[in-house]
Parts: sequence; structure tokens; C-alpha cells
Amino acid sequence: MSEKEKEIKCVVWDLDNTIWDGVLVEHDDVRLKPGVKEVIETLDARGILHSIASKNNYDDALAKLKEFGLDEYFLYPEINWNAKSAGLGNIKKNINIGMDAILFIDDQPFELDEVKSVHPEVTVIDAAGYLNLPAYPRCNPRFITDDSVKRRLMYQDDIKRNQEQGDFKGPEEEFLAGLDMRFIISMCREEDLKRAEELTVRTNQLNATGRTYDYDELNAFRLSAKHKLLVCELTDKYGSYGKIGLALIEITPEAWHLKLLLMSCRVMARGVGSVLLSYILQEAQKDGKKLLADFRHTGKNRQMFVTYKFSNFKEVSSDDNGNVLFENDFSMIQPFPHYIDIKLP
Amino acid sequence: MELNEKIRKFIEANLVVFEDEAEFNDGDNIFEMGFVNSLFAMKLVNYIEQEIGVAVANDDLDIGNFSSVNRIVQYIENKK
Repeated sequence: MSEKEKEIKCVVWDLDNTIWDGVLVEHDDVRLKPGVKEVIETLDARGILHSIASKNNYDDALAKLKEFGLDEYFLYPEINWNAKSAGLGNIKKNINIGMDAILFIDDQPFELDEVKSVHPEVTVIDAAGYLNLPAYPRCNPRFITDDSVKRRLMYQDDIKRNQEQGDFKGPEEEFLAGLDMRFIISMCREEDLKRAEELTVRTNQLNATGRTYDYDELNAFRLSAKHKLLVCELTDKYGSYGKIGLALIEITPEAWHLKLLLMSCRVMARGVGSVLLSYILQEAQKDGKKLLADFRHTGKNRQMFVTYKFSNFKEVSSDDNGNVLFENDFSMIQPFPHYIDIKLP
Repeated sequence: MELNEKIRKFIEANLVVFEDEAEFNDGDNIFEMGFVNSLFAMKLVNYIEQEIGVAVANDDLDIGNFSSVNRIVQYIENKK
């Protein structure tokens, strides 16, 4: 099993004397640091997100960023007078990634220390090093897929969706039905492999075994007659979420053995996590075989454990390393929710 | 508020039900009434752990303990 690289998923920037020279509340004519826009754009194109933790007046700071043509790059900016550690906490929650995937850049050692004292897993660097970011190994994801290039845009779509959902007054089902969601399950094709590999490396919370697979391993499974490699895509009226789920099933004479199941956390709130599992249950039952599933406790994937248990999987065996073998007897297969249009392979 | 009330209110607020006008009693099976997805499941477990203050062990994550308001309340009372 390969060690997951702790790639940086989000860079959180301070503003005064970090992104720009000067202190905004003191002088309005702050100057963008040379090359900082290019650094932000370069990382953005790699699928790395950006946010802000700055002690400033929110409206003024955003207006200034807009002036510099940078405002669109920052998700969930924390611009207020609270401790930056609190801001980092909010950003982590809003984007829904691990603290250890966040890099915080600030010109003040005090701020770097304050954040580090509350969130020791955050990587902190001095503002003076901003030009080194593109070359920093952890800011160089192993692969860049179509989905990674559009990552920020997809997050921005989510913010729009959540806002609409917050404004919506009716029952949640009506709101969800109004989204025109479409969940497409398909056999993994060659062009999906890069994204599939990326999913195994990036997905933590909704990954049943925490295992990562590389392109060649996945390709071998894709071509194998004894395996089914499924990918899922979710779309709604705002656009596509991209390929957000992966399942690897080994077919043996007696069983369908689910070796890998993962879903991107971004679609967690849409409640589609169980759709793939329901589909697999239905198909295994139709094939007249048992359904077994591998699970390994990784310390981050309790939600996936809960998903299996609540989908009526029972433990067959387990060991001291957190490995679990599950079996499902098909006595309780949840039907697909009516508000999602499901397209099967 | 009674524990039954609390749990029922939580479920009503968070479970997406299949029938829009569904009436649901404390004995009704929520897995049959609504779409118990991973998000709802996690929210429910978190609610029990954080708001009610009862730790839910992995071994307890049996559907049988959570399939209705009554069962959830039973589970919690047994743990307290």
C-alpha cells in the first residue's frame, strides 16, 4: 500500500505585507507584490485552492482584491478581526479538507505561531517565500486532470448551490428535486483513469480502505474480466461535479467482493453516497452471488464505516490492524431517492 | 424536552422522506420511510455523541439500534 502524499489542497494567504506591500487600513495605495498573481494563477491551474486569513475590514479588502483582479481566486475568505487560527478552522470546515492539506502564508511570525499552536498540522511559511510556492514539491500534484483544473469553479458552484438552499423556504426534497440531479454510473474508460487515480490519492473521509492505486493498477483492473471498475459522475442544473466516485469489485465464483469504494466529499451534502452502494447491492443480488466488502479503519473514514453499517453490512471478520470484512445479505437495499435521476451503465 | 421528542425533531429536520406528506411515529422504521444516506447517518451519530453525550462504539452501529425513534431512545438509555 502506498503512503499518501500530503499534497497541499489549499493555500491560505494573509494580505497586508504578504499578497501586497503595505497595510490597507493605513494606506489605500497598497501594491501587489511582484509575481504574486502568477503564483496564485499557477497553483489554481493545478487544482490547488486559495483562501484568505487577514485582519482587515472585509469590504475594503475584497474591493482591493477585486481591483487587482484577484478576488475570484479566493474561496471562503476569512477577513475579520478574530484570531487567524479561528479563520483557518472555518476555512478547513467550509472547504472540507484536512488541516494537514493546508498551507498558511503570513509575514508575521506571531500569526504563524498562533495558527500553528492551535493547528499543529498546518504548514506555515513566511511571506518572504511566496515565489517558491510553485516549486514546492507538495504544491506539485502528481497529476492534473480536467477536474482539477476546474476545481475552484466547482467549489464556487457549490457556494451558489448552498446559498440557494439556504434561501429556499420549502421542504428539502423539493429543493433537491429542483436541482435536477443526475447520477451517472459507468464502467471506467481509459480517459477516466487519471481522475480515478487522483480520487484514490485525494479522497480520505469517504474511502473504505484508504488504499491508493496508480494508473497502471487501475488500468489492469479496468481490462480484467474478473473485475468491474465503476466511476460515477454527478451533475445538476448548475453544472457537473465531475467524476466523484469509484468502486472496484472483484468477481469470484461465489461473490462480488467490493475491494474499493470511495466518494468525493464534495458530494457528501447531496446525499448520493449510498446510491452507488445500492446499485452494487442490486447487481450482486441479481447475479445470485454473495456481496463481500473490504474496509479498513484509517482514522479519517468513520463516515464511510457508518455508511456501510447503515447499509446493513455485517462484520464477518476483523483483525488488529483495523481491517474488516463485511457481508451484506440483501435484506435491506435502500431504493434510489426520487429526486435523483440515475443513469446506469 | 423529552428524549423521544428530541430525537424525533432531529429526524424530522434531517431525514429526506420518500413521501412528502409522511406522518411518522416513534415506532416507524426510518430506513423504510426515508433515504438514510451517509450524510444523515453521520449527522445522527454526531448528534447522539455531541448533543446527547453518548459515545457510539463501532460495534453498536447496527441498524437495529437506529431504525426508529424508539430504538434510538432505547439505545441511548441503555448506554447512559
